[in-house]
Amino acid sequence: MKKLSLSVIGMYLAMVQAFSQTNAADSSGYKPKKLKLDEINFVTSYYDQTADKSAVMGGEPGPRGIADVTDFATGLDVTLIGWDKNKRKNTLAIGLGIDYHTAASQAYVDSNGTSKNNGTRIYPTLTWTRENEQKGTSFALGAYYSAEHDYYHSFGLNASVSKKNKSNGEFSLKMVGFFDKINMIYPAEFYPVDSVKNTQSSDSIVYKTSASGQTQAFIYTNGQLVGNTKSHKQQTPTSPRTTLTASLSFTQIINQRMQGSVELDAVYQTGYLGLPFHRVFYNTGKDTIESLPSQRLKLPIGFRLNYFLGDNIILRSYYRFYADSWGLVSNTFNLEVPVKITPFTSISPFYRLYIQSAARYFAPYQQHTEQEQYFTSNYALASFTSTLLGAGLRLAPPKGILMSGLKVLELRYSHYMQTTDLNANIISLNLTFR
Amino acid sequence: MKKYFLGFIVMTGFLSCTTVKAYQKNRINDSEMTLSNRHVEKNELNAESYREGSSGANSGKTGGGCGCN
Repeated sequence: MKKLSLSVIGMYLAMVQAFSQTNAADSSGYKPKKLKLDEINFVTSYYDQTADKSAVMGGEPGPRGIADVTDFATGLDVTLIGWDKNKRKNTLAIGLGIDYHTAASQAYVDSNGTSKNNGTRIYPTLTWTRENEQKGTSFALGAYYSAEHDYYHSFGLNASVSKKNKSNGEFSLKMVGFFDKINMIYPAEFYPVDSVKNTQSSDSIVYKTSASGQTQAFIYTNGQLVGNTKSHKQQTPTSPRTTLTASLSFTQIINQRMQGSVELDAVYQTGYLGLPFHRVFYNTGKDTIESLPSQRLKLPIGFRLNYFLGDNIILRSYYRFYADSWGLVSNTFNLEVPVKITPFTSISPFYRLYIQSAARYFAPYQQHTEQEQYFTSNYALASFTSTLLGAGLRLAPPKGILMSGLKVLELRYSHYMQTTDLNANIISLNLTFR
Repeated sequence: MKKYFLGFIVMTGFLSCTTVKAYQKNRINDSEMTLSNRHVEKNELNAESYREGSSGANSGKTGGGCGCN
């Protein structure tokens, strides 16, 4: 009986093993995934400004100081993502921006107001990011290029690292460098001219240079204009400007409804920090070109706090304190209140208050003296208060707008006012495709 | 007195941070709660940096890269 029992047990065990699980072929082996299209963002804006006291005319009030501007800006960003064999997420972001602007003040680079008053800027960007979601770390490298008529070119590089902690916080460090070359286009009266004698009986050639750097020669015979020619485009000299930035930021989830962040930047600029076609008029009436120090240190610190109030309202707040080595100090307050009309539709009114004290080198039109070493009448460096208010609309249905690949549509209007009599309106549209 | 007030603020800040688990982040993960600028604000922020003397600390321009401050 014992032998039979043992035999039965042995047979049972043999049968169990025959049908037991075998080591299945490893089907969980991770395979790297090539980059695929993740998202396309298209942003376009129209900006319309009325102002006077332009920097080109040394802050002169009235018609000659006109500073009206229109700007049509469009940007396209394409994001590709993929995973490598180590399960790290790689993101490649390719961007292209094109701006076309008209600036009434630009016409007064020539004192008669006949200079070119428009321009185009093109700026591509490229950023690669590698993220390890298991470790909560990421690393990114980026490059930037910009070209516009009065800015010969700008080349930028950036690198950043970030690390998440176990307490729902994240530290980030970003380093940015811009290496610019500025076209030294001076106001026409500062270009050398042939000696103009008595216009009644003189033969002479007068050179005039436009904002684009194109020089024309006006030929006078016996004081009479007999013709003009576009001389070969003179080699416009350039001057360098370097901007180095270190940004340190920390974000933290505070509770289920609130999260905040702090960002501290240290910005160092060196080189030619003004613009060569910005005039300054002394108290004697004589005009010259603005003169600014060749170094500038900026220290802004910004705080964000977002709170989900109830079920449908979000409070997005922002405060920034700024101070720099030119004596300029500012405070910025911003509050936006998205209201969810439906889970996928929200309207966001917003308000921004900006208070600035002047840089120590600023003075209004005909207030500078010839004894000063540094001087500017650019009202961007003046003492003023500005407000920005408006509203935005956001549509983001889960299946896309009209069941298409258009996942997010944002429309935003804002009105901007400065106490310097500058007023502007801007309307922007963002489309996100996935 | 100032030191005590500053310490109170700091302690309040730390004490107010509670552990939030992944399944509790439905509100935190809402797209309107992101701690960054919206895509649609990009050109608006550029215009502000051109017209004002200060910039930075908002993930936007800090200077250079254009004929601006």
